[in-house]
Formats: sequence, structure tokens, C-alpha cells
Amino acid sequence: MIPYQFEYKRAKSLGDAQAMLAKNPDAKLLAGGQTLIPTMKMRLANPSALIDISKLAELSFIRVEGDALTIGAATTHGAIAASADVRRVLPSLAHMAAHIGDPAVRAVGTMGGSLANNDPAADYPAAALALNATIKTTTREIAADDFFTGMFSTALEDGEIITQIAFRKPRRSGYQKFANPASRYPMAGVFVAQIDDGIRVAVTGAGPGVFRVEAMEAALTKSFTPDAVASIAVASANLNSDIHASAEYRAHLVTVMAKRAVEHAVAHDGH
Amino acid sequence: MTTVSMTVNGKPVSADIEDRTLLVYFLRENLRLTGTHIGCDTSQCGACMVHVDGRAVKACSMFAVQAEGAEVTTIEGLAKDGKLHPVQEAFRENHGLQCGFCTPGMIMTAVAAIKRHGAMDRETIRHELEGNICRCTGYHNIVSSIEDASKKMSAA
Repeated sequence: MIPYQFEYKRAKSLGDAQAMLAKNPDAKLLAGGQTLIPTMKMRLANPSALIDISKLAELSFIRVEGDALTIGAATTHGAIAASADVRRVLPSLAHMAAHIGDPAVRAVGTMGGSLANNDPAADYPAAALALNATIKTTTREIAADDFFTGMFSTALEDGEIITQIAFRKPRRSGYQKFANPASRYPMAGVFVAQIDDGIRVAVTGAGPGVFRVEAMEAALTKSFTPDAVASIAVASANLNSDIHASAEYRAHLVTVMAKRAVEHAVAHDGH
Repeated sequence: MTTVSMTVNGKPVSADIEDRTLLVYFLRENLRLTGTHIGCDTSQCGACMVHVDGRAVKACSMFAVQAEGAEVTTIEGLAKDGKLHPVQEAFRENHGLQCGFCTPGMIMTAVAAIKRHGAMDRETIRHELEGNICRCTGYHNIVSSIEDASKKMSAA
């Protein structure tokens, strides 16, 4: 399959990328391209230009300072999964990264690209929302609570580029998903985190976008055990229904995955 | 048109191509390296797996211009001096292929996985093969081939 014509430009720096984006309003940023390139091949996207930011060293890093973990936007899933720092400070995130797509996707796909795309079945939005991450861009800092605004949509403005994602080490956390056997996208994925502000439960893959489950958060606040969420069901009315699973089945999966995520957080601290 | 230059199987190559040229088409049509296969062309089957700067990637999901300046290795670049790569040899020994269409991708994935893991157990191998599909469903012997190669290469 051959996409429409476009012009390829490799950014030499973040400033260069911003300048090129300003000059080419119909351009798209290219990081790992594992969603964008297949979409262009299907001719569902037709950017005038691709501005490649994947080679920018200033966007590719993993830093730990005390309880703070900062990940550059162009850091690949593979690098996050393999990082001794991430495995130590936030093992649930390393576990998540190690189970995105397949090894070839993980070799090039990036955290910033996934968050900016906000696919309703992407993994990272669940981690960002449950861990109350901060998404830093070329112009501002956006709390995860304000970042995800709906299916494939975010708070990012035109020309704004994600530069890094900042996490704080939770007391404990865990992520479990029921992956579609072919695509490995979660049909339901649940990230459970106990952070200083309380407990947050974020669900991806099941609905039109990532969402929190307050009833589960309240139950886990009383008792942080798998049994606490085992009988809490989410309403299927707003969940996705497609050839892979009905909304009712996805609702069922959310409860099961939540239970497993808590088990994981308790038993292995998310490893 | 853009002039793209990279190193493929140790040789410098250069060509004028459209920016939208996928790496897999560049390898197959410009360089006539047809060992890299196109299976699904939708980034699911892994028949087009090649190494770009040492990482196994799907050449159908990358533009050739992204590989500007990169070191690319295809299935044709594995054998050295008329001798098969140990992973190729293990596929031969263990009957790791049936129709053979997926084999180049399987082998390129395996070589990269062995580089990361060293000797692998069968569960790890199956996890590493998530991006490769064998339409003959000959996975059992593919896993055996990679297990064999990973152990022999780690012992060497």
C-alpha cells in the first residue's frame, strides 16, 4: 500500500521542529510512526509533510531524581521496558511498556506519540491517568486529568509538542490487560495506583477514551485487596462494542482486569 | 524526490526516491533484495522484518528516508563467506519452515531477540514472536529452531 505524496523533513532540534510545524500547518509530527504510517498507507491521513522528531536526543531520555521519573517524549516502549531505572521506580510502567504491540513496534513506537494520538485502546493513557502524570509540552505543563479529552483527542493545541512525561513513584501500582490476540491492543486494560493523593483506577480499551472508576477507587481506599473490586461492575452503556467484543463483555473484563491489577500491585508491586 | 543513502548489508547504497517510498519497497524494488517479503502490508505479519541500526523493525511500517544514514541488515546479509548464520542453520536443522514465506522475518526477529536475551526458554521465544505470523502455523518447529540457535550461540 502506498500513501499519498508528502514531504519528509528531519528536525535538527526541537526548535527546528516547532519552526517547521509553524510553517506547515498541514504537517504531522513523526515519532515512531507505528500508528501514523499504517494510517497513511490506508489513506486515512494525508499530511502535507512529516516532521521527524524521532532522532532528537533531547526528547529521548529516562531520568530518575528521588521519587520523580521523567521520560522524554521520543523514548521508545522498548527502552522504557528495558530501563533498570523504570523497573526499579515504576515496575508497573515497565511491565506495561513490555506488553505493548510486539517487539518490532516497541523498537520504534514512543510514549509521546502514543499519548498524543490517544487511541482509545492505547496502554499509556491508563498509566498517565492513574499515576496522575504531568505531560510537559513546548509551551506548558498539562495534568493527565486535563489531557485526555476524548477519542483520539487531547488538550494539545496546534503546534504544541510533547517534550516529556513526568511521573512520581506511587506507593504501589499494577496494570493488567486482556489483549486482543491479534493486535495486542487491550480490549480492556486497568491501571491501579496508590499515590500520595489517594487511589486511582484508570481503564483503557473498553470505552471511547480512558476513564476512572470512582466506585473501585472508593472500595480500594477502604481495603486495598483484589476482593474489594471483585464485585464492582462498570455500566456497559458507554463502552465499545465491535467485532472483538460486546460492550457487556468489555464491562465484565474491566472488573476482572481490575482484580488482577490489584493482585499484581499487592503481590509483585506491578512487576 | 529525495536522495537517500544508507548502508545495506555492509554496502553503501544511494538512490533518488519519492519520500513516500516504504523501506520494504526500497529494498525489494530499488536494491532487488527480495528476501525481505511483503505479507500483510498492514504491520501485523512481520514477513518484512529487517534490522535498522541493530533493531528489528517492520520495513512496511517505515519510510526509506527514515533510514537515511542507518545501517540496515536484511536476510541476505546474515550468511557470511558462504556459511549460514547460526539461526539460519538452526531453522534448517530443526525443520523450522514449511512454505518458507514468513521465514526471513522469523529469522530477523530471532537474531535481534537472541542479541537482547541470549539463551531463551520457549515462553520467552513465543513472546518475542508476537509480531510474526506463520500462515502454515508451523510455530512449534520455529520455536525449537530459535531455542536451539539461542543456546548454541550463547554457548559459543
